Amino acid sequence: MAAGFAQWGNDLYTGRRSYDIVGRRRIWYSISAVLVVISCILLVKPGLNPGIEFKGGSQFIVSNIDTSQQQLAIDTVKSVQPDESPEVTKLGSDSLRIQTAELTDDQVQDVKQALMTSFDVSEDDVATAFIGPTWGKDISQKAIKGILVFLLFVTVVMTIYFRNWRMAIAGLVALFHDLIITVGVYAAVGWEVTPATVIGFLTILGYSIYDTVVVFDKVRENTADTLDQSRFTYAEKANLAVNQTLVRSINTSVVALLPVSAILFVGAAILGAGTLRDIALALFVGMLIGTFSSIFLATPLEVTLREREPAIRDHTRKVLAARGASGTEGVDEQELAGVVRSAGQLRPGAHQGQGAQPKKRKK
Amino acid sequence: MLGAIIALVFGAIAAGVKWSDASWTPKLALDLEGGTQIVLRAVSATTPTSTQMNQAIDVMRQRVDASGVAEAEITTQGSNLIVVGLPGKPSEDTLKLVKTSAQMEFRPVLAEAAPTPTTDDATASPSATPTADATAGASGDATTEPTTEPTSEPTSEPTESATAEPTPAATTSTKAAPDNASDSDYYVTPAVQEQFDKLDCTDQKNLTGGVNGDADKAFVTCQQQGLAKYILGPVEVEGKHIASATSGLNTLQNGQVGNEWIVQLKFDKTGTSQFSDVTERLYTEESPKNQFGIVLDGLVVSAPSVNGVIPNGEAEISGSFTRESAASLANQLNFGSLPMAFEVQSEEQISATLGADQLQKGMLAGLIGLILVVLYSLLQYRTLGLLTVGSLVVAAVLTYGTITLLSWGMGYRLSLPGVTGLIVAIGITADSFIVYFERIRDELREGRTLGTAVERGWSRAKRTILASDAVNLLAAAVLLKLAVGGVKGFAFTLGLTTIIDVLVVFMFTHPMMELLARTKFFSQGHRLSGLDPRRLGVPGTRYVGRGKVVTGPRSSSDGMPDAPGDDVPDAAPTRTPVPATVGGVSTAGMTIAERRAAQRAAQAEQERGAASEADESAAADAATDDDASGRTDGSEH
Repeated sequence: MAAGFAQWGNDLYTGRRSYDIVGRRRIWYSISAVLVVISCILLVKPGLNPGIEFKGGSQFIVSNIDTSQQQLAIDTVKSVQPDESPEVTKLGSDSLRIQTAELTDDQVQDVKQALMTSFDVSEDDVATAFIGPTWGKDISQKAIKGILVFLLFVTVVMTIYFRNWRMAIAGLVALFHDLIITVGVYAAVGWEVTPATVIGFLTILGYSIYDTVVVFDKVRENTADTLDQSRFTYAEKANLAVNQTLVRSINTSVVALLPVSAILFVGAAILGAGTLRDIALALFVGMLIGTFSSIFLATPLEVTLREREPAIRDHTRKVLAARGASGTEGVDEQELAGVVRSAGQLRPGAHQGQGAQPKKRKK
Repeated sequence: MLGAIIALVFGAIAAGVKWSDASWTPKLALDLEGGTQIVLRAVSATTPTSTQMNQAIDVMRQRVDASGVAEAEITTQGSNLIVVGLPGKPSEDTLKLVKTSAQMEFRPVLAEAAPTPTTDDATASPSATPTADATAGASGDATTEPTTEPTSEPTSEPTESATAEPTPAATTSTKAAPDNASDSDYYVTPAVQEQFDKLDCTDQKNLTGGVNGDADKAFVTCQQQGLAKYILGPVEVEGKHIASATSGLNTLQNGQVGNEWIVQLKFDKTGTSQFSDVTERLYTEESPKNQFGIVLDGLVVSAPSVNGVIPNGEAEISGSFTRESAASLANQLNFGSLPMAFEVQSEEQISATLGADQLQKGMLAGLIGLILVVLYSLLQYRTLGLLTVGSLVVAAVLTYGTITLLSWGMGYRLSLPGVTGLIVAIGITADSFIVYFERIRDELREGRTLGTAVERGWSRAKRTILASDAVNLLAAAVLLKLAVGGVKGFAFTLGLTTIIDVLVVFMFTHPMMELLARTKFFSQGHRLSGLDPRRLGVPGTRYVGRGKVVTGPRSSSDGMPDAPGDDVPDAAPTRTPVPATVGGVSTAGMTIAERRAAQRAAQAEQERGAASEADESAAADAATDDDASGRTDGSEH
């Protein structure tokens, strides 16, 4: 299998095998658009499920117990506070988390006592927490501020590094795409949004840009001399770059996703609700989408933007016209422009060995 | 070089363990260690400055330490949040201490004495009703005021010429009601006197501060550093009436700047009139009753004596201040003046068992992730994968060392989000190696020898790695600067591992790669090396330098000794061209005759074909011609 993969990588590099990613950009655009729309719907319909940090309330964690007794926990809380509808979640391997609306200090003590009696545990095993409703709001406000500042910096850095603002724009679009879809998936799964989830979302920003920068770096390298030659169009060169980094992209996302899926698995299956699980889900979806978008969205978008540049547009026309001229006359220029070929890498001629030389006939 | 860094890091830790309180493991944050975390939010009209917040934290830390709780962790977050982490299960009283806001008051000094308990009653008459004179005398005798104390003899000078008002009526012995706040006869009851006598301000326990006494009763307390003890009268001016306090050099009478450090104090309207009244009365009192005590959190910060009436609310405290002590007093005054209260935003108890559980499972997840990454890179890069593993190990060791060092030196604590950041970093670190290796492979595919491939691949991969890591670092920095709570721990580990990633790639992976490239195993492209040129699609025959040409499979009879023949599937693929999407004909490896035949065939096809098809094969034709010419004006240069 590995041999096949390596061979596939070689073919992609040389252009012997090439996927017309840039040329078929309309397909990718529409896939992305559909995903984003679905995510937006998901964000509205089931919506995000805010955790206690965002709603405010009181929380009890009972440790060292059999976690199957969830009903007992609900009944216990109800016996003390009949109006409450507590939410009980499994936490870790031997703990239950019980969340209620905000209680007064006395009520908290009452519930704690009741829980201690019901579950027959000592005081040390019942932890209480009070979370004001502004705590989560503070965190998310800071997060949004952080995102905006980060985006500003990234735009500047990318524009300086690539010496082209279009790459920065394409990167940002891909970034928003990743973020919206990740949040959408999170809404669909219905897990609680905790500060840990917010951390996950913020990390995706970094990762998505990171991935896009790596792909764009290759695109930049390949297309640096586009205007000095007349064989390939900008789109074709960019497409070759994407194909050449495909193996890297796949390897990287596999390597990055392996630890994250380990956390996700351990977090979701063994630990239940908690920081690990929340971060891991956000990261898992985000990295997957981030890899997709850096290849299928960012680069085609960048090509679309670049082709609006007069220099690039003229060059593309010239190359296609030259191609048309060498073929049959009378091909519509419009039609040509639509045809984007994936171009192979040019390879130097190689020595074919002594055996390839013409042989002197022996008499 | 990298070895030196690692040695340095661990040397520092070892030294710390030996001679200080460092440990070999990083300190854990509350969510892993268990404890109580309280988030307090400053509620004030204006955004508190960072100095004010730091002052608030100092006061809070003093209070918590006073309650005997070891290692309380109090930090600011953002502009108006204070996070208090208390290990274990703190008592209700401790929690209350943290939640109450600091109080500053101005009280008149009724008596002053040396910090040690006055056990022998030789000097002062410990009678039930000490007179004002007696008390003053007692303190006068007993007080051997330390010269080191900057506020020992501070004077409060009027900034404008103050008119000495007539003295208020001398203290009468009316006990039913106090004549004024300095009425010792009324306020210094036997109980107060006894408390004062017993108070030992050299004992650290009494210097931890606490809550100020009742506003309308006498209050017995120590000087902040334990240099003196006082009986203070009731509150005369509250700290909130201070408009501002600044420290600076004094202004001489001729308008020039002197060389003495002073603290300037301004009161608001209410404070001005109150302070005016106080100074008016105190000015006429005898020492020590001509002083007023500035009480912050139950301790006397400073007790300057009044040497003039101050009617305009602008006072100047001078004394043997240093620059630092003046600034510190000004800060304390400012803090006391801060209309800032703290509101509990969240209070959370985390059980230690749950934290340990999470940490353990988190470690497990990290280990599984690491093993999977190792397996994958071995599969992908064969022996070269070992270099990835080695680099990851080096990075892991360095990260562990740095975090341990930081947790000792900077008080950094590893939290669960931090652990997650570390696990995620495995992927991002490994990516640098993947980018590097893929670049080397690309160069090999170009037909370069391993030595040059490593060199050129490195110069290109370097740019990519630096650019992408810069973005990562930027993300971490922004998060660290702006975020609160767990986000900070996450951002910190992310930034740290990014820096370590760069270090490891530059100082370990690349030098190792250069070394490896010299070994026979790699440079000849052993099949298991992961850098086998034949598996990378390099044409069999290539120039290997020094006038030598290595002949590929085509003439396997005289080829390299270890070159597998055409019948070995692994090496074969180069010989079976996969049709490219363009043109459908690959020309690589064709002889001239074959190529001409293909051209003729294409020509024939073109003539037959429809117009639109023709365009396509013609383009292929053009490409074919160019390929045949062997020129390389392509995308690589």
